[in-house]
Amino acid sequence: MASYNLKINGKKVSVKADSDTPLLWVLRDELDLVGTKFGCGIGQCGACTVHIDGVATRSCLLPASRLEDSEITTIEGLSEDKLHPVQDAWKELDVPQCGYCQAGQIMTASSFLKQNPNPNNQDIRNAMHDNLCRCASYNRIEKAVALAAKKMS
Amino acid sequence: MKNQNKLTFSRRNFIRTSALASGGLLIGFNFFNSCKEAAVPPVDVSKLNFNDFNAFIKIANNGYVTIFSPNPEIGQGVKTSMPMIIAEELDVPWDHVSVEQGALDTENFQRQVAGGSQSIRFGWDALRQTGATAKQMLINAAAVKWGIDAASCSASNGIIKNANGETLGYGDVVNEAATQEVPENVALKEPKDFKIIGKDAINVDIDDIITGKPLFGLDYKVDGMLYASVLRPPAFGQILESYDAAEAKALPGVIDVITIGEKARNYLNQDEFDRSAHWSVRLSESDKVVVIGKTTWDVIKGKKAIKAIWKDKSSTESTEQHDKELNDLLNGKKFNTMRSDGNVKKVFAGADKVIERVYESPFLPHNCMEPMNFFANITNEKVHLVGPIQTPEAAAKVVASLLNRNLEDVHVDMTRMGGGFGRRLYGDFAYEAAEIADKIKQPIKLISTREDDMTTGVYRPAIKYKIAAALKDGKITGYHLKEAAVNSNMYGLIPNFFPAGAIENYQVDIANYQSNITTGAWRAPYTNFLAFAEQSFFDELATELNIDPVQLRLDLLKNVKDGEDVTIEYSAERMTNTIKLAVEKGNWGNSKNGVYQGFAAYYSHNTHVAEVVDITMKNGQPSVEKVTVAVDCGIVVNPTGAKNQIEGGVIDGIGHAMYGDFSFKNGKPQDVNFNTYRLIRMKETPIVETYFVENELSPTGLGEPGLPPAGGALANAIKAATGQILTKQPFIKSLQDRKTDLNV
Repeated sequence: MASYNLKINGKKVSVKADSDTPLLWVLRDELDLVGTKFGCGIGQCGACTVHIDGVATRSCLLPASRLEDSEITTIEGLSEDKLHPVQDAWKELDVPQCGYCQAGQIMTASSFLKQNPNPNNQDIRNAMHDNLCRCASYNRIEKAVALAAKKMS
Repeated sequence: MKNQNKLTFSRRNFIRTSALASGGLLIGFNFFNSCKEAAVPPVDVSKLNFNDFNAFIKIANNGYVTIFSPNPEIGQGVKTSMPMIIAEELDVPWDHVSVEQGALDTENFQRQVAGGSQSIRFGWDALRQTGATAKQMLINAAAVKWGIDAASCSASNGIIKNANGETLGYGDVVNEAATQEVPENVALKEPKDFKIIGKDAINVDIDDIITGKPLFGLDYKVDGMLYASVLRPPAFGQILESYDAAEAKALPGVIDVITIGEKARNYLNQDEFDRSAHWSVRLSESDKVVVIGKTTWDVIKGKKAIKAIWKDKSSTESTEQHDKELNDLLNGKKFNTMRSDGNVKKVFAGADKVIERVYESPFLPHNCMEPMNFFANITNEKVHLVGPIQTPEAAAKVVASLLNRNLEDVHVDMTRMGGGFGRRLYGDFAYEAAEIADKIKQPIKLISTREDDMTTGVYRPAIKYKIAAALKDGKITGYHLKEAAVNSNMYGLIPNFFPAGAIENYQVDIANYQSNITTGAWRAPYTNFLAFAEQSFFDELATELNIDPVQLRLDLLKNVKDGEDVTIEYSAERMTNTIKLAVEKGNWGNSKNGVYQGFAAYYSHNTHVAEVVDITMKNGQPSVEKVTVAVDCGIVVNPTGAKNQIEGGVIDGIGHAMYGDFSFKNGKPQDVNFNTYRLIRMKETPIVETYFVENELSPTGLGEPGLPPAGGALANAIKAATGQILTKQPFIKSLQDRKTDLNV
């Protein structure tokens, strides 16, 4: 097992892991950053979405060993003190039901809005399509992304 | 108007109080039962005992209220809505109220089950009584302090007033209130005076959810905890013959490889156990290989490195076989009759025309986003289990029996659940965790991969319905519903749903085929598919009778006088009002060019729901644009939460009707993960608009009733657009089959 130097939520950390250990399990099991969720393990559901250099990325397939030069941001580090506008919108519209997928949804939405600050509804639907919500809170996710865009403009 | 709430509730002796050592008043109360003779709430909130009480309210010296709610939260919102009901009658500002999940490590619990959309329905009276009783105690305490008659005092928004204009805050009198007798028969508010009920309250866990705090079972960990991954037979009907763990054991993170299963088999061989209720047969027939490791990734890799040989023990079944068995049952004579009104045989013999259809549905996995998992730590003193489960009390009993321990030694703590949908009513994962921890004597977390979760399910069983109607002189004179299901049939209330009572000659028959594939409750059991079958059938009957499909239902409902037949579950008046609201809000019959509409209405879980689905056709395929929903669930406690449940239920219903498919080949599930198992996603979702019928009747549940009508309303819209009558779920298969024929 080797040691890897990672930069997570602005802090440098050294973790011991096998070279094939996905970032998801380093976050959850080694670093106690359990906001990033396990859903499918094959990049199909989006529950494990984090930002790698600002871009929404599935952490369940990505070995942590390859990320020594990257800025990793998780839901815990999305915003420093107050809520991120996407989180604000999620709260205002009371989006979650069970809540399990929502960290991944928020990470996908916040990365998307950075790339496309003025999305129309179709843009939002395309951007959020790959994140599953088994409770089907999709209507509110769609509205919350639009509201967040408004808050950020 | 008929009130569907048939519960009787004893208001006597269900509340006890204590003065907290740290100051303040603690109220313990019970939802269903009287308190035990000796039960007294503790004087320290870290020692709440959920065995004697279902829930507690603390009123602190500053007047702030904390509600300790032990009810399982699976996303249905009861952790927000149930405290709202208490706060309403207690009459405190909602922002002075905080809600805490019943503390971990409580003494031997006894809690409610989350299931059947019943939490609010059962809790309504008790929660109101508790809030109102506490308020009266505070008023009484203030009256004593002022030396006046309590009848001249009133309370509102956490402040007590007397006729002289003097005021005291709740916090000023809590210590005195704790010494008061608990008053009987306190008055409840009139619904028109509600200040909290009926106003939007955001989910009380919202901040923790959106910032990624540890809330769920998978997030729970303790120092020194190991991880366990279980290798189970790949096919139902198979058992373990032998295995080679050398390669797995050589992995650096793998600590041990063991087998479990013996305790489960011994347990199942006990005579008195009702195995259908709690256990999955698959998980008990075979030994299972368990990889213990330091991290989740270690055990995932370790499990892949196990070389196991399996052999057939009992039948290994395929979907084709189930199809044949269910068809044989539908066409055979081995039925039990659940309800029979009039003389179905006679009216069918004398009919002008008989319409008959067979409807078919596959098995379905639950696919909770949080895969099944559980923590177990077993010592000589204590059996400690922690995790997401809808039935903690049953789990404690099974584990006590499984490990031959006293029930008093078993502690089950619940976490928030990443979805339930019925799956977490079954505790197989908790029992496995207990057996593993018992064997290795170290704290472990049993984890499931998505593949484990999807292939070791307790599935919605495959079901077929044959529905026949006798038509005579332009009227429906007879209705005959036959159900052929894998493992278990519809529960006893369902034959009393619509159209029971609306059609004079009416019969419901059931038959089942016993399989070794484990099956159980899945969101809105039976009605999740039956509603589609019946509501599609009515659409076809309307076409046959040349009448508007909504009008057909309204005409049938006119045949029902509420209260005349006490066995009838639904209210014709409430259903009629619900239908009219959906039709008005959904612009039924006035859709824009290119928009096709479908309608369905269904009563289940004590709630009446009607839905209008709007679709357009794109490249020969339906695009579901909008669903307009009308709901009569009595008083709406928390509108934002209520709408969230309906939106989710409707989209879930559309998603599974369109795409949900799951099959078996030689006992082996054919889908293992979301790459081939299709769930509805954002681009396929309609906008859901929800409207509530306004009345002052007791509230009923919302977690399930939005789902059943959705599939039927969608099928009827597709019929309106294409003429195609859908009889099989998932619809996507039938639609693809004739895609090239569609010219719209």
